[in-house]
Amino acid sequence: MIPDDFRQLLARRIAGVEHPREKIMDVVFMIQDKFGYLSDELLEDAAGLLKMTPLEVEEIATFYEFIYRRPVGGHVIHVCDGVVCWMSGHASILDHLRGRLGIDFGETTPDGRFTLLPTCCIGYCDRSPAMMIDRKVYGKLTPERIDEILEKLGLDTEGDSDDTGSL
Amino acid sequence: MTQVLFKNRHPDRIATLEEYRAGGGYEALTAVLSEYPRAKVQQLALDAVLLGRGGAGFPAGKKWMTVAESAPFPRYMVCNADEMEPGTFKDRVLIHTDPHQIIEGMIIVGYSVMAERGIIFIRASYENAARILEREIERARAAGFLGPNILGSGFSMEISVHRSAGRYICGENTAQINAIQGKRATPIQPPPYATEKGIWNLPTVTHNVETLACVPHIIQNGPEWFRNLAAHPDAAGTKLYCVSGRVQHPGCFELPMGTRLSDIIDIHAGGMTPGCTFKTCLPGGASTRFLPKSLYDIEMDFDSMKKAGHRLGTGSVIVFDEKTCLVGATLNMMEFFARESCGWCTPCREGLPYMRDILARIEAGDGKPADIPLLRQMSRYVWNAYCALAPGAASPVESLLTYFEDEVQAHIRQHRCPFS
Ligand SMILES: Cc1cc2nc3c(=O)[nH]c(=O)nc-3n(C[C@H](O)[C@H](O)[C@H](O)COP(=O)(O)O)c2cc1C
Ligand code: SF4
Ligand code: FES
Repeated sequence: MIPDDFRQLLARRIAGVEHPREKIMDVVFMIQDKFGYLSDELLEDAAGLLKMTPLEVEEIATFYEFIYRRPVGGHVIHVCDGVVCWMSGHASILDHLRGRLGIDFGETTPDGRFTLLPTCCIGYCDRSPAMMIDRKVYGKLTPERIDEILEKLGLDTEGDSDDTGSL
Repeated sequence: MTQVLFKNRHPDRIATLEEYRAGGGYEALTAVLSEYPRAKVQQLALDAVLLGRGGAGFPAGKKWMTVAESAPFPRYMVCNADEMEPGTFKDRVLIHTDPHQIIEGMIIVGYSVMAERGIIFIRASYENAARILEREIERARAAGFLGPNILGSGFSMEISVHRSAGRYICGENTAQINAIQGKRATPIQPPPYATEKGIWNLPTVTHNVETLACVPHIIQNGPEWFRNLAAHPDAAGTKLYCVSGRVQHPGCFELPMGTRLSDIIDIHAGGMTPGCTFKTCLPGGASTRFLPKSLYDIEMDFDSMKKAGHRLGTGSVIVFDEKTCLVGATLNMMEFFARESCGWCTPCREGLPYMRDILARIEAGDGKPADIPLLRQMSRYVWNAYCALAPGAASPVESLLTYFEDEVQAHIRQHRCPFS
């Protein structure tokens, strides 16, 4: 169940729009930011708020890459497997990540800290190979840089995304 | 080199509203709202030969003219910032450079079709760009350029940012209309066209980020000035070319529309990565055709590319060198397209994974000579699909077989990838 105060927050996000379902992405992202993933229970709650049936929400939730219908770790790592990253060393980046985390695509580390997933070209091909963690982008990856990023995430959970809002 | 869209480009920060205004920003909007009939705005875009930068190259002014005078309200103006075409990142760079020209463009186009609701549809991996846009929309509103009764003209407009959650088909304009309504994002074949019945069955005009950014400059400096920005008289404006792959300096460059590919690569992208020789490129993203080396000097504009049997697409050049396996590259892209197929129609849903499997077999050394005609046949067959995703997906495969059949043959003959 969504706690009451959070439900009110969601309701405010939807309030005033003619067609509440237009706000489905915002609602799902807010839920994921708080609970990590969209559980069956949360999905039903969201459906109620959006004036949709749970099936309609499911139809959309399963359509998108960044909507998680299963539990994920504290940090979700999406490694770009687009053609430019493929050309510039995606395989070795992936091997390094797998080795460091001891997991494969679709898996979460036993301590629940990291989930590893693929993603298509994230539009940072000029800084390939690239990946996204918690919707922040990291480019020009090397094994050393990955180690640094993982270490930072493990220590203070903030990370030094190089996508700071400027060019 | 004349910089128009990138004239306020800084390596480390976004141009501010003040900076944009100091360079003439929002003067076009002020002029339009005070003295331009809507038809004049449309005519200016038409005279400027502003062709849609999202890939299809459709004349922008013509699109606005299809919104009937008598069409119902409210009408929608959508800015397409989905940019999920592999190899493409120009819209991201543009938003991170000088976002107000996009906002001003939306308001001007909104005015020309009387659309009071603006929506920027943006992909999930551009969260920073989404926040920049939200912040700058607020600043534009505070300055009186958005909201009710803009600059006392009687025209009102609001713009909001709609985040997507990652699916390539959402970039297709009709699928995007479904996505915005919170419906499953499958395309809708016209008629009726979106400009007649789009979001909630109301008139909807969709444009790419770059197309919209050109609009204020056209109004301010005139259509002839815009046409003359191009490299030759049969093209118009500037183009944001993104270059990635095996070049020294990958990046996004604003150059005259129709700049030669050789200049884009050799001069602006700093030439090939040391030790690499040019083999081919995809000139406009993953859904365009591999270009043979014989066309290395081709002029990169919609018309010249079309005459040569190619597509400019998004003008995103992905450069491949002699040591890169094109079967592997094509397989990678087919994985993408098969995964991103929305599943609505059979030729795409079934055809793309089938083509991917054949390519995977060839790459793994298990290909048969008969696979080549089979792939050719499939490349033609997927043109029966419901939307343009599948024909786009077939482009790298078809051109691989047209220009690089030897490479495919070598995989089959040697029962392995000759590059590994
Ligand atoms: C599969 C597919 C994906 C597309 N993705 C995008 C996109 O991400 N951005 C975009 O501007 N246009 C995209 N388009 C083109 C749009 O359908 C549409 O033509 C364009 O947004 C219109 O704007 P323009 O006239 O300014 O080019 C895509 C088309 C297809 C078939
Ligand atoms: S071609 Fe592919 S993406 Fe387009 S409607 Fe058919 S299944 Fe969907
Ligand atoms: S291919 Fe990886 S960011 Fe574009």
